[in-house]
Amino acid sequence: MTPPVVEIDKLWSVFHEAGRDVVIHQDLNLRIEAGELVSIVGGSGSGKTVLLRQMLGLAVPARGSVKVLGEAASSMGREGAASRVGMLFQHGALFSAFSVLDNIAFALRELKTLPNDLILDVAMVKLRMVGLDPTAAHKMPADLSGGMVKRAALARALIMDPPLLLLDEPTAGLDPGSADEFCALLQSLHQELGLTVVMVTHDLDTLLELSTRIAVVADRHIVASGSAAEVMVQPHLFIKEFFLGERGRRASALLDAPLRPPASLFADTKT
Amino acid sequence: MPDVVPTLTLQTTPDGAPCVVLGGCWSAARLAESATWSHISQGLADVATQGAVTWDLRAISRLDHTGAQLLWNTWGHQQPAQLQWRPGQRVMLERVARFTAPAVKPARRTAWQFFLRLGEQLWLLWDHLVALLALLGQLLLDVMALLRAPQRGPWRDVSGHLFRIGARALPVTALVGFTIGVVLAYLMSRQLRLFGADTFIVNILGLSIIRELGPMLAAILIAGRSGSAITAQIGVMRVTEELDAMRVMGIAQGYRLVLPRAIAMAIAMPLISIWTTLAALLGGMLAADVVLGVTPAYFFATLPRAVAISNLWLALGKSVVFGLLIALIGCHYGLRVKPNTESLGQGTTASVVTAITVVLLVDAVFAVVFKNVGL
Repeated sequence: MTPPVVEIDKLWSVFHEAGRDVVIHQDLNLRIEAGELVSIVGGSGSGKTVLLRQMLGLAVPARGSVKVLGEAASSMGREGAASRVGMLFQHGALFSAFSVLDNIAFALRELKTLPNDLILDVAMVKLRMVGLDPTAAHKMPADLSGGMVKRAALARALIMDPPLLLLDEPTAGLDPGSADEFCALLQSLHQELGLTVVMVTHDLDTLLELSTRIAVVADRHIVASGSAAEVMVQPHLFIKEFFLGERGRRASALLDAPLRPPASLFADTKT
Repeated sequence: MPDVVPTLTLQTTPDGAPCVVLGGCWSAARLAESATWSHISQGLADVATQGAVTWDLRAISRLDHTGAQLLWNTWGHQQPAQLQWRPGQRVMLERVARFTAPAVKPARRTAWQFFLRLGEQLWLLWDHLVALLALLGQLLLDVMALLRAPQRGPWRDVSGHLFRIGARALPVTALVGFTIGVVLAYLMSRQLRLFGADTFIVNILGLSIIRELGPMLAAILIAGRSGSAITAQIGVMRVTEELDAMRVMGIAQGYRLVLPRAIAMAIAMPLISIWTTLAALLGGMLAADVVLGVTPAYFFATLPRAVAISNLWLALGKSVVFGLLIALIGCHYGLRVKPNTESLGQGTTASVVTAITVVLLVDAVFAVVFKNVGL
């Protein structure tokens, strides 16, 4: 059996704020196997993005360990990281000084060995793969629309075909049409390239459409993890509000198997 | 997934035809190792001279887009006649084939466009001048509005900027002023001693520092320190749409952003200028004592006779103008920043360079206009 792609063991994330410690995660455990498409959901400020940053080695665990592809996450940022993990930041984080094509080709070019025409061809293929028009290649990031920025950033994250792709709010700020297109793109990439995908999202449609597993972060750890149907019947308060609120019902009505709200809805909230 | 070095071997099939057997991991990271790349690129170049060969990809453990692109480009964008591959590799190569497009070259600039750009630059200069003039006019209107209703003025902002522009700049201006004073006194004392005119050190130091060097040093330091900060502050507000938010709330940008900074600069600049002058005089006085034996007591006694008081008023007046110019130029470039980070960097640089240049030019104008005052 292949080892898990992400293995988080008893993770504590602590921030120092105004002279006191704020605990974001407490004894958080999470395993993500190869080929999964895991969505992390949770309320605002529950530490979803911090969890992604822990996997990237951008945040440092106060206690516990984070292992990505069998290595400690703190060593993720060393040379050649682009071939191990790709990250789509919420606002794209495209380098504003480079054109779109140069942004996509950046990691490959930094290797300093491959010839430039090959690099440009590879970058061009990635550009078209994410559904951008070749004429966008020489535009500057400031001239792109929100959807195009996300697509270009996705192409940049995928340039070295990393086995693990992290997405922070991939559909936030996109209109419904672009969001649907982006979802379809992510799904086809996940299937065709055999990627392991971890994404943070608030968008219920994206969540229910794409995820093979949903992990819910609340109360400083993972309170539920499993398929949409499994997670939704959990009695946790946040899960009820998130999935069984007005928006959640609308989104889950689109699922093939309609879910019945748990019978114990009111009995549990009393405690 | 075994992550091994990509290999390329040229073999001969049992029926005598040449066959290229590829193996290992054909991924971007492995191909880009310099030893591997020289081996593989040499190998592919050798194969190209062979004519028709059979390609055997089945031993490749992992083929990514970069590897597939390399093969596709080597094959001249068509599938070779003799090819043995696995279904997964076929999918990858077909995707690369589907999306490979001739790179769109950025349009080259023609001589005519170059000419047009030249004109554009001229218009840009004109645009800057008009915008600066408009900013100055708006500032005058805002000052009048302030005089009419002083209780509604942005006084908290003014005091905040006074602290940041003025009080925070005291250490650095004192240090620079003191050092320049010492250096000047040392250099001049050697020349003066040749003529036995030791005591004239007071006249030279006093006049040059009070009239020119104090205000100039202070203005250049403040332009670098606070001019850039003003541009960056306002520029970041543009990038984060705060300027738009202010506008939507109906809050006048000139009144809330430009006016407090201009007032704070106009007050802080002459004070900083005097402070720098004092530090430079102190440095010069100590150095004169050490090198020439001109005592501080003599220095103090002689200074008022050597330098007319009008020089001090001139220096103060200049400093107010410098301060206003630095604030206006900082705000001007800050408001022109476009909502992206690169424009922010360019704006900040342009602001500092322009502010220092303008300060030097205006100082020259002052020198010419007031050549009969205090000399």
